Parts: sequence; C-alpha cells; structure tokens
Amino acid sequence: MKHIIATIGAAALAMTLVLPGAQAAEEEGGTVHYPLEHPHEQSWSFAGPFGTYDKAQLQRGLKIYANVCSSCHSMKRVAFRTLEDLGYSEEQVKSFAAQYEVEDGPNEDGEMFTRAALPTDHFPGPYANDAEAKMVNNGALPPDFSLIAKARAVERGFPRFIFDVFTQYNEAGPDYIYSLLTGYGEEPPAHVEVPGDLHYNPYFNAGTALAMAQPLYGEDVEYDDGTVATLDQEARDIAAFLMWAAEPHLVERKEMGFRVMIFLIVFAAFLYIAKRQVWSRVAH
Amino acid sequence: MSQLEHHGTYTPNTGIEKWIDARMPLPRLMYDSFVAYPVPRNLNYAYTFGGILSLMLVAQILTGVVLAMHYAASTGLAFSSVEHIMRDVNSGWLIRYMHANGASFFFIAVYLHIFRGMYYGSYKAPRELLWILGCIIYLLMMATGFMGYVLPWGQMSFWGATVITGFFTAFPVVGEPIQQLLLGGFAVDNPTLNRFFSLHYLLPFMIAGVVVLHVWALHVTGQTNPTGIEVKSKTDTVAFTPYATIKDAFAMMVFFVVFAYFVFYMPNFLGHPDNYIEANPLVTPAHIVPEWYYLPFYAILRAITFDIGPIDSKLGGVLAMFGSIAVLFVMPWLDTSKVRSAVYRPWYKLFFWIFVANAILLGWLGSKPAEGVYTTLAQIATAYYFGFFIIILPLLGLIETPRRLPNSITEAVLERNRASASSEAKD
Amino acid sequence: MTSDEPTRRDFIMVATGMMAVVGAAGLAWPFIDQMRPDAVTRAAGLPVEIDISAVEPGQVITVTWRGKPYFVRRLTEEEVTAAGALTAGDMKDWQPADERIDEVEGADSGWIVVSANCTHLGCIPKTVENAPEGWACPCHGSVFDMTGRILRGPAAINLPSPPHVFASDTTLVIGTDTAGA
Repeated sequence: MKHIIATIGAAALAMTLVLPGAQAAEEEGGTVHYPLEHPHEQSWSFAGPFGTYDKAQLQRGLKIYANVCSSCHSMKRVAFRTLEDLGYSEEQVKSFAAQYEVEDGPNEDGEMFTRAALPTDHFPGPYANDAEAKMVNNGALPPDFSLIAKARAVERGFPRFIFDVFTQYNEAGPDYIYSLLTGYGEEPPAHVEVPGDLHYNPYFNAGTALAMAQPLYGEDVEYDDGTVATLDQEARDIAAFLMWAAEPHLVERKEMGFRVMIFLIVFAAFLYIAKRQVWSRVAH
Repeated sequence: MSQLEHHGTYTPNTGIEKWIDARMPLPRLMYDSFVAYPVPRNLNYAYTFGGILSLMLVAQILTGVVLAMHYAASTGLAFSSVEHIMRDVNSGWLIRYMHANGASFFFIAVYLHIFRGMYYGSYKAPRELLWILGCIIYLLMMATGFMGYVLPWGQMSFWGATVITGFFTAFPVVGEPIQQLLLGGFAVDNPTLNRFFSLHYLLPFMIAGVVVLHVWALHVTGQTNPTGIEVKSKTDTVAFTPYATIKDAFAMMVFFVVFAYFVFYMPNFLGHPDNYIEANPLVTPAHIVPEWYYLPFYAILRAITFDIGPIDSKLGGVLAMFGSIAVLFVMPWLDTSKVRSAVYRPWYKLFFWIFVANAILLGWLGSKPAEGVYTTLAQIATAYYFGFFIIILPLLGLIETPRRLPNSITEAVLERNRASASSEAKD
Repeated sequence: MTSDEPTRRDFIMVATGMMAVVGAAGLAWPFIDQMRPDAVTRAAGLPVEIDISAVEPGQVITVTWRGKPYFVRRLTEEEVTAAGALTAGDMKDWQPADERIDEVEGADSGWIVVSANCTHLGCIPKTVENAPEGWACPCHGSVFDMTGRILRGPAAINLPSPPHVFASDTTLVIGTDTAGA
C-alpha cells in the first residue's frame, strides 16, 4: 500500500510541475482565451459548508433586478411565490407580483387578455420573444437570468480546480457577475481591438467586449434598508440575488449535507469497528 | 482447478424453507453465493469496488426512475422540467444531484475496478470471459451516460450529442445514413431526445443483466487475489458473510462519504456550466467538452491530426478512439506473462503506474483545446496507451523475471504478517 | 480475551445494524417525499376568487379549485322551499337543508357550493331542474337534491362542500373559510 501511495504521489508531483508549464506555453503562443482576466474572488455569505443567504442582501438584489436589469433581462424560471424565501410576507409577495402584468386566457370570447400577476406566476420577460429582444438590442440577445449564476462559472484551470474540491469553492458564477459589473470603464490595451458598438470589459467570458453597456454606476436604486448604493455594493447584491435565483435550495442543501455527513461518518466508524471484530478471528 | 470446489452447505430447516427449496431454490442460491461462498482471505480494499458498483447501479436506477416521474422528454419542455425538479419537486434537487453526481461516482468506481483488475491480472486465464463481460458493462455504461447527459437539454447536451453522433460520419458511404438513423433526422432534435430517453431508461436494466452474468462468471472461477495464486485449500479462504460483507459495507460507506460531499457541497463541480443554458442549435459553446469520464477517449480522438495512408485524420481519430476500447477486450491474450499479479512483476508494475498516470494525463488533455503543445502531448500519451497493450504487455511476459511466488495464499499472509510484526508492532 | 468481550461485540453489531436501518429510512424519505404534491401544485391550491355577480337565481356554474370542479348554484325561493320540505325519511345521509344553504347578506336567495364529483366514484353529475332533484349522475344513477344531498342511488353520502367564504355579495372565495383571505 505504501509504495502505491508513493507512486501516485510521484506521478501527481510530476504532473504539477509539467502541466502549468504547458498552460503557460499555451497562453503565450496560442489563441487568446476568455475572459482576459479571471474574476476576483469575493467573500459571500452563502459560501462554505455552513453558508446561508443574507436575506437583506437578496432583497436589495431583487430591487436592482426589478428596477434595472429587468428592463432587458427575463428571469422566467423564478416564480413570485418563491420570493417568500427572501423574507417577504405572503401579502408583500402578492402586492409585488401585482405590479407585473402577465398574459392569460383565452377568455369566454376566445381572446387572450392581460391581468395583474399572481404569486403563482413567474416573472414575465421584457420582450414577447427572442426575436423581438434581438431586434430591440441591435442583434444581441440579453440572456435569461434564472440560471445565470450557475451558467457563468468561469473555468479555473489546473491545478486550482483540484484545490477547489477541498476549499469548497462554488462561487465562480457570482464572482464573475460581480467582476463583470465592476469591470467596465477601463481603457482597452493597445493590442485589443474593440468593435465600435461593443463595450470593453476584460472579465467578459466570450470576447474582449460585450453588447451590454455598463448597466450599474452606483446610486441606481435607493435601498429600503438605508444601505449606501455604491457600485460595489450593488454589484455584490445583484450577484447574490442571482445566485439565489439559480439555486434557491442552497441553504437547505448545505444544512442537510451536514447532518448526512455526520451520520455517514459515524456509521462508517461503527462499520470499521465491526469489521475489525469480524476479521480479528482470522489472520489476513 | 481455480477456486476450491465448494458444494452447497445450505440446509433448509423450517417447513416453509423446505417447501420453497423443493420448488425454486432461490434461498439456496443466495446462501451459496453470498453467505457460504468462499473468498480469498487476503483480499484488500481494492477488491471492494465490485460491491460498490452494484450499489451505485441500484442507486442510479432508483433515482433515475424517480426523475422520470417528473421529467418531460420533449425539446420544448426538457430543460424546464429539469428546472421544475430542481425548484418545485419535493427533494427534487437532492434526487437530481444524486443522479448527476452518481453517474460520475459510478465511473470513478468502475475505473478503480478496472485498474485493480489490470494490476492484479484479473483478466488472465481462466477469467477472460469475466473480463470481457466487464468490458461490455463498461461500454453499456458509456452509452447510458452519454444519452443521460443529453436529457437535460442544455447547451453541452445538445452539442455533445451533435459531436458524438458526428463520429459516425467519418465512415465512408455508410456514415451519414447511420448518423441519420441514430438521430431520427438531419440534426439532433425532438426524435433524438425521445429515443435517447427511452434507451437511457432501458440500458441500465441491460447493464443489470450483464452484471448477473459477470457475477456468475466470477463465482465459477472465484476471485483473484493480490498474490495472483489460485486458492489451493480451505485455509486460503474465508466465508463471504460476514468477512467480505462487512468489509464491503465499510468501503461503501467511505465511498458514500465522498459521494455525499459532492452531492451536498460541490454538486456542480463535475458538471459543465454551459449545461445550465438551454440548448440552442444556432450557437455553439466556445469549448465543447464531454463529461470528465470520457475525456481520455476524447483526447485520443483528437490526437490523430494526420492522415494515415487512405485513412483521413477524422476517420483515423474515430478508429483510434474505438480501438482504445476494443483493445481492452483482447487484453487477456496480449499479456504473455505466466505470473498474474503485478506484486511479483517489477517491470509490469512500473509500466502499469505509468499507464495510470498516462490515462489521467489524457483526461486532462481531453479538457484542453486541441492546439499547440496539447496536441503533441496527446499524441505521445496516445502512443503510450496503445504501446502499453500492443508492445509492452506481450514483450514483458517474455523478458521479465518475476519475483519468487509464495506457495499459497495462506503462506503469503503469514509471511507478510511476520514481516510487519517484526518491523513495527502494528495491527 | 476477556469474558465481557461477547457483550461488547454484540453491542457493536446491534448498533451498526440499527444505524443501517436509520440510514435506510432516512434515504427512503426523499423518495417518498418527491411523490407528494410539488410546490407548483400546492401553490395552485391557493384560494380562488370567483365573480358571482352574473349568476341569476336558478343558475348553476362550474368552477375549479386544485384542478377539481365545484358547483356553485344560486337557488330560487321556490327551490329553497322545496329543499326545506324534505325530511330525514327521504334520504340516507340526512342533513337539514338550512345547514347546506349559504345566506349572503344583501341577497334574497341562497347559495349552494358543493363538489362536482359524485361521492360514489367521482363522475360529474348532470344538473337537473326538477325540484327537489338537483343533480343526477350519469355513471351509476345517483340522484342528489338541489342542495347536493343524496336522494337515491349507490352514492352513500352527500356532495361535500369545499372550504369557502363569500367575501362580498359578488365574490365567492373557494379554498378558505376565513373571511378577508
């Protein structure tokens, strides 16, 4: 057993030495890979084995989504009723939903009609369909926000992805959102070409620049809890909110995980003792 | 020959046991196979993955049947129905994460199981058929995993399906008709998704069927063991229950601790973020990568960047990839060594560990863009992969001098215990 | 080897076995849990508001709550009288008519809110206006009166009323019996 471990260790060590070299060679010579700059790691309340959502932060994030983002970005998989997770009462959710209009029908006359949204409805999108969304936005389709925090987890590369297993790093998505939103406004380096109608952002994961102009500047909303709406604060809040939108059962998952892990470890310990007892009857 | 001949020791005691035994001796079969069945006394933890794999198969079938209760196999609904499971179905997120990560852990276990078989020479006579049945299970697993990955209908689902069914177009003349037959159209679409769902539901039960044959073949020849020496007397073995059962149970629980860690704390680590974007036939993701467990084969596919005579690089890549699996089937006849276990084969042991490192390297290369230094590395690694089977295995058996073999399993055990007792008071 | 070792060994085995049982039960729960109505279905079970301003005396409308149909019937004064005239001898699941009729403030007639699934095997009875008969089930011939009480046929009990409340004289809420919801 000892030399098996030694051999694996040696192989791992050899790879650790060789592979980053290969990676560096790739970055120097080959094609450019995006994003140009890796997202900045932020500290999130929902990170780690005991992470929980900060409800006040999610409420602030919802306000940014509702007042700023939702004019272009849909969030069609999130139902109003789930906003109770953010600490709102049933009544508050009902009146929040009622601010939105959704299409329903057909009625007895066979016609579709619009009505105030109910808690059972999902967030209606700003456009009737993707074609309209593209037409309004110069051919660019603003992505749906329901899962964006999981869909934009930037690749971490070797060997970082191995360490991530042990540090439980799961926040690449929110880090990306935060970095992108605060990453506007830099002058593009001389060798980077930015097409005329696009906006340079080194954190964008699919090119040097994107169609969306800087959406947040600070003071875009007035927070109900008195928090100062700096750009940094806003970017942090919307990223946290979008993580909740993508993974609403995160807290439940981690809480259950802790109980399950404790149980499994204790059970394994008992099995080990039992195994020792059984095998003590025979040399092996 | 082989395992000590063991005749059933099952004796029905009560009236009802006798009644059943005279009509359908299933309790007798179970007792003889999983209680009284003798296993070598020196099996280590590398031999617990068979049990772990059986458990994972059951777990995947259970979670899969549950997911099918809520899933809708239609291009318009598939992605939404998965999100419905994740958000609205009670414990749906748990069951879906168990199933998705369960696939990965199934493959982790199967790779360890295969490497164990290679290390201890489990493929060698008289276990060739046992080994081939295992290879068939592995092939079925790959097909099942691939089709299952298409079902959530994310971007990687769609483009993975497009690329993999595209392999068949490499074959001249028949390639394109075969691809259309698989897809049920000219592109991956609703007919494809529906048939993949149907087959994804079917194949695990076929796997279960082959597993029964695999276990049957195993119980005819008996397990190998770390010494590679066949069982010679009753003292070489212990009863399956309680000895193997309790050891397997402990190993399963350790495996489950790691599995649970991923399910509850890193549920998306082994998946690709792009699969949280709904499939779009008009936009290809920047890097298409398969699930991690196919990456070594994907690297081999892409390593063939040159034409070989009349075979162009595309067909060459596909042939190399299929060949890399096919070569496993003939492994029992490529190895010419008289000695079974790597424990007594110093050179084989070295080449084996290089093979393992090489397989991991291929996996990493499969996740990288196919350009520059990566392609060169992948070509070297591919050459070693095939060289190991085709050159090293046959040659080594002829030129290698194995270490002295013990006379029996019991002797090996007692010898080792003496050695460890004298070096350190351990165990 | 000490003499108390067998007890310790037994304890370990029993404890391990018990943990296996607990673990199996804990694992089984999500698999059972997922079969219960999901969040969408539960949310769809929220109370529904029904506008009854257009329902005339003698008219029946069918509304749905939780995916099941309910009859809302506005009785004429003659129908109220006819229903009130029935006695315990006329039916097998006796209940006085006035317990089944909702009087709404400001309105001159009564309302009946009952399940539209026959209590025999779940078919939807046809509406008849042949007082005191109110509904006849086409499947197995059960006949109910104007207030949904079983008169004859295989059904054993009256059509049950869902929780409901008249929020005003024009709005009926099904799914709750507390006003103001």
